[in-house]
Amino acid sequence: MENSVIVIGGGIAGITAAATMSGNGLKVTLIERNNKLGGHVSEWSRLFPDRRKASEVIDYLEAGLGETKIISGCSVNGIINHDNSFTVLTDTAGSITAEALLIATGFDLFRAAIKEEYGYGIYNNVITSAEFEEMLDSRAGVLTANGRVPKRIGVIHCVGSRDEKVGNLYCSKVCCVTGVKQAIELKEMYPDSEVYCFYMDLRMFDRHFEELYYEAQQKWGVSFIRGRLSECAENADGSIVVKTEDTLTGKPLKMSVDLLILLVGIVPSPGTGRIAGMLGLKTGEDGFINSVDAHTMDNSSGIPGVFLAGALKGPASVNSVIADARAAAVQAMAWLSTNKTVNA
Amino acid sequence: MLDFGYTISIDRQIDLDRGDMRYIEFVKAIDPSLDICIGCGSCTATCTAGNFTDFNIRRLHTSIRRGDTKSLKQEIRKCMFCGKCQLVCPRGVNLRNVILSLNQAIERLG
Amino acid sequence: MIKFNLFVLPFSLGLIYIIASIFRHYYRWIKTLPAVDKIKLSAGMRSPSKVMDSLKEIILESLIHRKLWKKNPLLGYMHMSFALGWFLLIVVGNLESRIYHGSHFNAPYYPIFLKFFIHDRLVLFFEVFSVPAFFRFIMDFLLLFVLSGLILAIIKRRRSKWFGLNRTTGHNLFDRMVLTCLWLIFPMRLLAESLTAGYFGGGGGFLTQNLGTLLVNILPFPAENTAYFFWWSYSVVLGLFFVMMPNSRYMHIPSELLLIVFRHCGIQPKKWDSSYTALETYSCSRCGVCLDACQLNFAAGIQKIQAVYFIRDQRDQFVPEDITLTCMVCGRCQEICPVGIHVDSVRLIKRRELSSGQVSDFSFISNRHPGYAEVVYFAGCMSHLTPSVPRAMEGILKKAGVDYLFLDRNGSICCGRPLMLAGKDKQANELLEFNKNLIRQTRARLLVTSCPICYKVFREEYNLPIRIQHHSQFLLDLVKNGKIALQSQHRKIVYHDPCDLGRGGNIYSAPRELLGKISDIVGCEHENGDALCCGGSLGLFRTSLSKRDEITKNALSSLLARHPDLLVTACPLCKKTFLRHSPVPVMDLAEMIYDSIPGNHGKQLKPAPLRQDPVSVMS
Repeated sequence: MENSVIVIGGGIAGITAAATMSGNGLKVTLIERNNKLGGHVSEWSRLFPDRRKASEVIDYLEAGLGETKIISGCSVNGIINHDNSFTVLTDTAGSITAEALLIATGFDLFRAAIKEEYGYGIYNNVITSAEFEEMLDSRAGVLTANGRVPKRIGVIHCVGSRDEKVGNLYCSKVCCVTGVKQAIELKEMYPDSEVYCFYMDLRMFDRHFEELYYEAQQKWGVSFIRGRLSECAENADGSIVVKTEDTLTGKPLKMSVDLLILLVGIVPSPGTGRIAGMLGLKTGEDGFINSVDAHTMDNSSGIPGVFLAGALKGPASVNSVIADARAAAVQAMAWLSTNKTVNA
Repeated sequence: MLDFGYTISIDRQIDLDRGDMRYIEFVKAIDPSLDICIGCGSCTATCTAGNFTDFNIRRLHTSIRRGDTKSLKQEIRKCMFCGKCQLVCPRGVNLRNVILSLNQAIERLG
Repeated sequence: MIKFNLFVLPFSLGLIYIIASIFRHYYRWIKTLPAVDKIKLSAGMRSPSKVMDSLKEIILESLIHRKLWKKNPLLGYMHMSFALGWFLLIVVGNLESRIYHGSHFNAPYYPIFLKFFIHDRLVLFFEVFSVPAFFRFIMDFLLLFVLSGLILAIIKRRRSKWFGLNRTTGHNLFDRMVLTCLWLIFPMRLLAESLTAGYFGGGGGFLTQNLGTLLVNILPFPAENTAYFFWWSYSVVLGLFFVMMPNSRYMHIPSELLLIVFRHCGIQPKKWDSSYTALETYSCSRCGVCLDACQLNFAAGIQKIQAVYFIRDQRDQFVPEDITLTCMVCGRCQEICPVGIHVDSVRLIKRRELSSGQVSDFSFISNRHPGYAEVVYFAGCMSHLTPSVPRAMEGILKKAGVDYLFLDRNGSICCGRPLMLAGKDKQANELLEFNKNLIRQTRARLLVTSCPICYKVFREEYNLPIRIQHHSQFLLDLVKNGKIALQSQHRKIVYHDPCDLGRGGNIYSAPRELLGKISDIVGCEHENGDALCCGGSLGLFRTSLSKRDEITKNALSSLLARHPDLLVTACPLCKKTFLRHSPVPVMDLAEMIYDSIPGNHGKQLKPAPLRQDPVSVMS
């Protein structure tokens, strides 16, 4: 057999799982659609809650890859399940065989242009959280569309999440803390600016998150307004007019901001849908993959030999994805070493 | 209930023991979708009438659910039925129908 | 010698009853017409062309059922055989009886029961072309014609799909009883005439004579008594039918005739329950063709509210609120109704009754002077949720050098149609007056809107002295007058007809002509008058979002069946509704045109200035 395991997807879940398994002596091939590894995290600047650099995490994980065979710039066209092994058909690397598969196809970000009333793609000063991260790492830094330092920045929560009107009823979990983080980053960059976060609820679910929120309010003076953006418009100078209701005072609220950041939610990646179709993986109504048991067998797909790791199962933070990928790797290794009896 | 010798003005608080639930019950029987409202305020934000006046639809329908119907009859008349509130609602509340049913409730219940 | 037998009594009494009833209804419908309509009626009846038109429509629709033939030939044939067949049986029968009876006094029952009173001897071979033989042939042929329809009608209850109907009307008990009577009439006639012909050895045609001879031979009972039994049955069944008819759906027969006359005289439905509307409710034959047209039915599985049931309830003077308020007012049922009933109008009349006691308060709107311009552009409420549309329009207006004013750039009050769809016409008047005043103050010559809902109400209710165009018409004019040039886009697009623009505004070709200049338009199954509603309808109240989604998805799958690259529509509400579910990009006409102006492809639109100061939290 060519490989013990083929890992499909080279984001942090795929890299972690591949590194864990090849570090334990298995023959692993990692297939990634893009030309470089690292997925979305490699395009991020800093990670919550401590705002450490994302590249450090990527470097750490990649260092562990060892003997893993990496095939990048390669898409999967089909998968054949021979019951005892799998053949993965690719577009640029021919067909590859393995005894087991680990699917780590990850997520995509919600396409903000769908929420037309928020002006993404129409007004120049509306950007997504991902674009903001790119700006943070760029040489020019964070500036408005005509190159000025923004005096007032708005951060909009729940874009594409918790929204029947775009077909995503679920909460994307990680955007709230991302918004708070980015608000702090803005204030750190431009201490004289005003930063407003427009939220429905603040989901500070993990350790240090609530403290981050506290810090944002107390140390950095970020303003938080409980109200969901209904629509925005544009002033002559390109600044964005935000229209919400300040629900806590019960009055409609309108303000101009120089830059508007949309915290876009997490949606299943197209690759997830395609691979699920090839293998017959079960998806939920929200489009993410269902594991066999969300508590006790969260890395099993229900198909013997096919294991699941990462955000393809639903929105997740970086630390939980790394833990999950290691768990998936261990489950796969246990399956292989017990002659495919355990963890089917 | 202990008698402290004074009454708190009924207007200033929501009293769930003494609220007038008839209107919300009437509406619920026709359209239960208001149950899933999360109070995000998008409806008020986008409201056409809200552009010109104090009319706050989120506050109005939340109040009714708490039994506070004091300003209902006066405020609900300001709605133009344009439908934007229903279009932006993230939970899919059938708000335009709720308002129409509220109008009917006012007609029937007084 | 007067021909009479006791058995003709049930028929005769029934006939007197139904004629009296029809007269009573006609009298009431005509008497309760408003004065202006009475004048139209009497003028129309004195105009030969209007009378001819009415007669022509009566023949084509009430007898031949041409519209039903177009829907499905078998369905058309079935209805035609009953209507035309029975009509001809009566007419030819009357002719035949006059020849035989020989006097001018003709009792009404005589032609119906002619074969009981007159027994001809068997026609000899060489007499085949004689008058009696001719009549016998024709009458038998007509009877067979009606019976063929009857057989089809029975089959239709079981196999409606053969007749192009997925669903048939669920009739109530009374209608089913009357239906049974109707279905028995012609078999009874067949048996009565056949047995009599068989017993007397003559007097029947190719059908009745042969059948009669056969029956007489195999029947164990004396033929004359059996025949007499069936003559009684025939009369009784006819009498019962007549007596039950006024309360049944078959009142549509006399009603439809008067309705056609009213229509050709120019009488229109009113905004309140009037004589014309009452007449329309009686004219519904409950054929059920509207059931298949209703998307709430075939896409969302909601089945009790369709036009046929609504009209039936309206006739019975009791319409449940749910039925009144569960309708998209999309016009598809109205479009396909073979009688031409204005179902949407009746639905809105009922909604006005529901809302009549309710009060609105729009005193908060205050006047402002909007400025002057040649052309005033009104985007409509919905456009604020699809900002790409007004921005594209402004880009085009600027490029074409038009002197325009964007009336509701900073938001404005609603055009008023959504209020009217809720039945609140009286309440909407204040909004109309305000908007009219605003438009008048601009001194513009042309009002352009990018929303079909606004377009419909501007045209039908506003009574403005200025020209009104939907943006598809306006943009087409700009192109035709050379104000803007367009570059082809080479994309495969499908165009969706918005309900209020197509059926509601009669604009089908302008958008297509416009789009045809820049792209290939791939058609879809339901277009023009048959187009599907997107499901976003502001006319639909009592239906949940998930059911609306079913309608949207169903419409999308039909629109996208030929795999276009792009879905183009001309209504911001349609765009918003489709965007939620469409796997293919959705664009408005205006966006496409803006994109097709040379140099614009992919260009960012310049920001549109806002006149208000940015206000912060304090209101």
